[in-house]
Amino acid sequence: MEKIRLIEIKEEIHSDNTVKAKQLRDSLLKNKTFLLNLMSSPGAGKTTTILKTLEIIGDKIRTGVIEADIDSMVDAEKIAAKGIHAVQLRTGGFCHLDASMVEKGLEAMNLKDFDLVIIENVGNLVCPAEFDTGAIKNAMILSVPEGDDKPLKYPLMFTVCDVLLVNKIDHLSLSDFDIDAMKERVLNLNPKIKIFEISSKTGEGVKAWADWLTKEVKQFISL
Amino acid sequence: MHELQVTESILNIALKHAPADKVKKIVAIHLNIGELSDLENEWIQQYFDYLSKDTLAEGAKLVIKRIPIRLKCDSCQNEFEIKRNEIHSIECSQCGNKKCSLIAGRDYFIKNMEVI
Repeated sequence: MEKIRLIEIKEEIHSDNTVKAKQLRDSLLKNKTFLLNLMSSPGAGKTTTILKTLEIIGDKIRTGVIEADIDSMVDAEKIAAKGIHAVQLRTGGFCHLDASMVEKGLEAMNLKDFDLVIIENVGNLVCPAEFDTGAIKNAMILSVPEGDDKPLKYPLMFTVCDVLLVNKIDHLSLSDFDIDAMKERVLNLNPKIKIFEISSKTGEGVKAWADWLTKEVKQFISL
Repeated sequence: MHELQVTESILNIALKHAPADKVKKIVAIHLNIGELSDLENEWIQQYFDYLSKDTLAEGAKLVIKRIPIRLKCDSCQNEFEIKRNEIHSIECSQCGNKKCSLIAGRDYFIKNMEVI
């Protein structure tokens, strides 16, 4: 019988993606473009939140959007209808975006023309959390109808995000969503996360978030 | 979900290392995967069996070692381990501070492989 040998490999499984994500971040810094990766479940209000946020930001900074969907153009069409530059990425069944897919999206825009690009990731609280997209900051939306137990079910997503937008707060009175319990659960997982309570439909609270984002972008492009 | 992509990466990395060592067959691949990952061992193996057909790695067993979640206290710098179900009530085992940073538990690492 042939002898079994051991070969040392010592390689990160995601090493290709990690390298690509770092290259992307270097290029973003060079081009002074702030990339925000926005994640959430399907239906949490990513597209509506992007539209409302960009409406408030107005022309203070130059903005664009990369839309990722498994197989449709619906979101990009909604964004483009408002006169905002949108690129649609079809992931062809993939449940998340990785750095090379984001790179393709960015190649379709001239980075020097944008101060802020928002990626609308695939609606999913599991897989997108595992893949570095090359973004400067990660944000997620948790909407009130989804329930206050989501930090218990999807801890990694809450751990990797810099910002949590609690959306659809206009539904709070109709629901048993315990916002204080939810916040405590999130802060236990990630004490550094910034939390904004918003309703993208009524516009409540969106300004505070949009102002914070504008400040972050301005700070980044002045680096 | 993303098990397929992860499995494909594992296969590609293993096959990349094979020619240099004149490998005839890959028997087992040893992986370190963090406790925080949602990957299921059984699914990774099933995808691997499917993807590795007609390659040097066909029939190889994936041996997965789960790496514990390790945290470092932002205040006293103490390093400690927790279980996955304890992640919702993190506090430093030494000073009780709740602000801690994750230092391990998200690992996705191929350690080595057994070959003939």
